[in-house]
Amino acid sequence: MTETGEAPVADFHDVVELHDVVRRFSGRPALDGISLSVARGEIVGLIGRSGAGKSTLIRCLNGLDRPEAGRVVIAGTDITRMDETALQPIRRRIGMIFQHFNLMSAKTVAENVALPLKIAGQTKAARQKRVMELLDLVGLADRAGHYPAQLSGGQKQRVGIARALAPEPLLLLSDEATSALDPETTQAILTLLQDVNRQLGLTILMITHEMEVVRQIAHRVLVLDGGRIVEEGPVARVLASPQTETTRSLLRGLSPVLPLDVAARIAPTGNQALIRLDVYGPAARKPLLAEIETVTGQPPRLVHGGLNDVQGEPYGRLFLALGTADADRITAVIDRLSPEATAVELLGYVPHDL
Amino acid sequence: MIYDTFFARAMSRPLFDLLLKGLWETVVMTGVSGLLSLVIGLPLALILVTTDRGGIYQNLVVNRALGWVVNALRSVPFIILLVAVIPLTRLIVGSAIGIAAAIVPLTIAAAPYFARVAEVSLREVDRALIDAARAMGATRPAILREVLVPEALPGIVSGFTVTLVTLIGASAMAGAVGAGGLGDIAIRYGYQRFETAVMVAVVVILIVMVAGMQWAGDRLARAIDHR
Repeated sequence: MTETGEAPVADFHDVVELHDVVRRFSGRPALDGISLSVARGEIVGLIGRSGAGKSTLIRCLNGLDRPEAGRVVIAGTDITRMDETALQPIRRRIGMIFQHFNLMSAKTVAENVALPLKIAGQTKAARQKRVMELLDLVGLADRAGHYPAQLSGGQKQRVGIARALAPEPLLLLSDEATSALDPETTQAILTLLQDVNRQLGLTILMITHEMEVVRQIAHRVLVLDGGRIVEEGPVARVLASPQTETTRSLLRGLSPVLPLDVAARIAPTGNQALIRLDVYGPAARKPLLAEIETVTGQPPRLVHGGLNDVQGEPYGRLFLALGTADADRITAVIDRLSPEATAVELLGYVPHDL
Repeated sequence: MIYDTFFARAMSRPLFDLLLKGLWETVVMTGVSGLLSLVIGLPLALILVTTDRGGIYQNLVVNRALGWVVNALRSVPFIILLVAVIPLTRLIVGSAIGIAAAIVPLTIAAAPYFARVAEVSLREVDRALIDAARAMGATRPAILREVLVPEALPGIVSGFTVTLVTLIGASAMAGAVGAGGLGDIAIRYGYQRFETAVMVAVVVILIVMVAGMQWAGDRLARAIDHR
């Protein structure tokens, strides 16, 4: 996922590296020892509830906020102790988009997009050319002379993206960029970000509280809770088998859970074992149900759940009744499935008619 | 010519000339001290905002000191200030009487006033916009030039209009120390000689001036406001 076909221009692999970053607010840690890396060309989703430290983390990446301990390395350069002046050239290579767009109300669309170029000292002619390219890219060429107040939310975010892309950044930070938008507009913005990632090979770090956003475009997800990364991995794996309560609660609605009436009928004994099977990737394409049948001699019954996909990769959670309550056979099934599945768990026993 | 066409039946020629001179003097006093207040007050406002806690040039010592000076100047009643700064006026203008002399106390009173009014508008600029500019790698002067001032401009224009209107009133008071202008005429002719017609004429002129200024200021503020 990290290869974009673009020739490497500098001798770094990871665009972002954090080592044990700590940031406290009046004694309480907002970031409590965060280490992570984002490779070139990758889209990484950083998800967490509000107050988990997401915003603080993203602000540490361009020096808007400073960690008390640890190191922040951007494109091979340690920025942890840099002063504002030294940070400026680095910030010019990091684009940022915001939940509330943060466009200058007194500037037109074209002037907003040109602002980072003006700040970087580009000539007016060079700026104008680049601005028109970018407005074409985001589909707003006909709005160049409008003011932000005349645009819809989705259009404002497109301007925000064009502005962030203007100085050809090596990293795009997205701070809840779709959280203020309706679902349809969110789709369009996510598609745009994905195109930008594919076409320009741009590295994107996006923070969000919406797992759906991560599911659609992120390659990898990091789950933040209480200032720590509690879970990380490929999106399909984390969606298929969330390991922590935080992830599970963020996934509510995206990952099947047993309906309450079914869960109520699970008993410690009974005539059919009920297992939970989490799978993702190639394993999800295997004839696992047939394999179960070869062990038990009975076709398993799908009680709940199913398969979904993340950017072409299947993941899913299946609740299966095995048609047997024999302990040896159940163990054999679990042993058979374990190498393939992300997780297999015996939940209990249910009647035939469930 | 204007007199013959419009005012010959309403007032005598000397009175018309007197009012015209007074109007011109008021316009000059208000205009020059207004312009000076803008040139002095806006930087003061920027310093007050940017040196405060969390500002881009945070410096609490400068901030508190400047805040104190501005408050002190604004506490002094204008009529007292007018007399109190006479030595300074003499030093700058060479005389304590006349239009030029009135401009000194008018500016000293109006600049801190405008600074506070402009400060309010500057503080209303969303911090998130300043952060966005910082995230783009903007230098501090660029933040002032590209974000803080343009975003606050509609409010600054409204504040400047209010300052000018206040200056018209204050310039009338300056008439009391022989500065000339409409206020001087109102006091000498209208008040001391009981010439009601002069008083009424002066008041009408002032009302028209203030209304016109407010109208123009409001229009300008609206034209540049794209929020």
